[in-house]
Amino acid sequence: MSLDPTYLEYPRRREGYDHDLYTWSPMRERPPVAWPGGKALAVWPVVSLEWFPIIPTDKPFRAPGHMQTAYPDYRHYTSREYGSRVGVYRLLDAFAKAGVKASFATNAAIAERYPSLVADVVAAGHEIIAHSTDMNGTIASGLPEDEERALIAKSFDALEKATGTRPRGWHSIARSQSFATPRLLAEAGVEYCCDWVNDELPYVMTTEAGELVNIPLNHELSDRQIITVQQHSADSYVEQMLDAADWLTAEAAREGGGRMLPLQLTPYIMALPYRIGSLETLLETLAARPDVWFATGSEIMDSWKA
Amino acid sequence: MREGQADPGLYDYTPYRGRKPFAWPDGKKVAVWVSPNLEFYELDPPANPHRKSWAKPHPDVVGYSHRDHANRVSHWRMADVMTKHGFPGSVSLSVALCQHHPRVVEDANQRGWEFFSHGIYNTRYSYGMDEAHERAIIEDSIRTVRDATGQTIKGWLAPALTHTPRTLDLIAEYGLTYTCDLYHDDQPMPVNTASGRLISMPYSLEVNDHYGFFVYNMSPREYADTLIRQYERLAAEPSGTVMCIPLHSYLIGQPHRIGPFEEVLRHIAADDRAWITRSGDIADHWIKTVGDAA
Repeated sequence: MSLDPTYLEYPRRREGYDHDLYTWSPMRERPPVAWPGGKALAVWPVVSLEWFPIIPTDKPFRAPGHMQTAYPDYRHYTSREYGSRVGVYRLLDAFAKAGVKASFATNAAIAERYPSLVADVVAAGHEIIAHSTDMNGTIASGLPEDEERALIAKSFDALEKATGTRPRGWHSIARSQSFATPRLLAEAGVEYCCDWVNDELPYVMTTEAGELVNIPLNHELSDRQIITVQQHSADSYVEQMLDAADWLTAEAAREGGGRMLPLQLTPYIMALPYRIGSLETLLETLAARPDVWFATGSEIMDSWKA
Repeated sequence: MREGQADPGLYDYTPYRGRKPFAWPDGKKVAVWVSPNLEFYELDPPANPHRKSWAKPHPDVVGYSHRDHANRVSHWRMADVMTKHGFPGSVSLSVALCQHHPRVVEDANQRGWEFFSHGIYNTRYSYGMDEAHERAIIEDSIRTVRDATGQTIKGWLAPALTHTPRTLDLIAEYGLTYTCDLYHDDQPMPVNTASGRLISMPYSLEVNDHYGFFVYNMSPREYADTLIRQYERLAAEPSGTVMCIPLHSYLIGQPHRIGPFEEVLRHIAADDRAWITRSGDIADHWIKTVGDAA
């Protein structure tokens, strides 16, 4: 099949990006970021609190972790529920023991179905950020804009109703956005999203509805990527996080300016009985380091803006 | 190549056993070249009927922004480690990076790195191109790299490894001397072309960081160990081998990977059997000492 003649035309071949969502700047050339207390490394735990309806939808796509067998998929429905019943409490205990705060990316359905869980998360001082309606609430091009707008509003409304506070942050399922998402988030008054993985510090996205901060939540460092996709052990995960922490801390000293290490955790992955001990070791090891600052997404954004 | 035939006729069969021992400059056993892919992927590229660019509907946020990490963060992290241990880069370049992020290209050029073409964008594939299209991207590559860096490209790695039956003949006609698209040997070898003189430069899919992390699912330390084993074996063989370490900074320059990778460079740099060099220098040396004698 021959190509359309325009295949060799490059209308956006220009200095900077081939889009206007954000501008280019190399991290090391920006003014140094100073975290509170002059700490070198901000460690940002992000926990996903997700409810997977036993009837999955594929529009615009099926979420990672969703149902896999013919109906009814008890296997995956209940394994995911394990995370919201048992696993998350292991995580909350581990955070309390290490004295660390996290951001909980929470489906609206979790707030509606399990208000006591959300109350426990809030009571422990963690941050709640929005993470769509439920795990059928995926976003991608093709989702009509009014439906996407409604999905975002519904997600925030449910969390505000449950906690009394409107979340400041947003995390899309699978980090998947449409071309409209940054604008719709800004329009909804959202302060930050954590879907774009192109940086290691917050940066500003610009939309027709105003600015939005992106705090990069590195998918390569997530428990899903390392344990579920690449199938490494929990101990290997810990070793990789500590290698990352060591590198970033040394880089902060060498280049000046704070660095950030996101730890994305999934209750039904990391909080299994045979894995949680490794995570506890990681949290305690990092919490004992004098140059580490554990922080929520909002704390990181506020410090970065200051 | 012999289009439409079962054997594409790219090269002659030359068994490893019985080859004349060969040494690199100063008697070195293995030529080691590091090949960072400096790429630009488009957020919303036009469709090629033969290959899909992104797995998801555009924008593929993770696909695009993962690769963009290279041009904001990890290029410098990777490049500093290479420079520290004395490894120049031989860059597989999406030449449109010269327009989009000229400072990244400039950084590589200032470090003394060589550039060869990896197409215009890594989201524009050669499949389906006619001869005029292919000539246009080769001419664009030569001109763009020359304007941006002063260098004349000597090599080619097809964009996203997409070829046509005429690619090798055309790059040879334009005076390029090596292709990184053939994986049949651990030494440079002559490639059959209609005109000019082309050799195959051992690149590597197997120890490419992309394969290491996403095909073989290695941990950072397992990948580092793989590279050291690859090096040790190639350095121990008598024939004058080539070891390429193909990299993508958005993979190797991630904070959990760069530390173990630095140990690989430290290991090779401390070993006196390695000629640590660039692909173009390997090609020049091989053509002068082996190719001309053959």
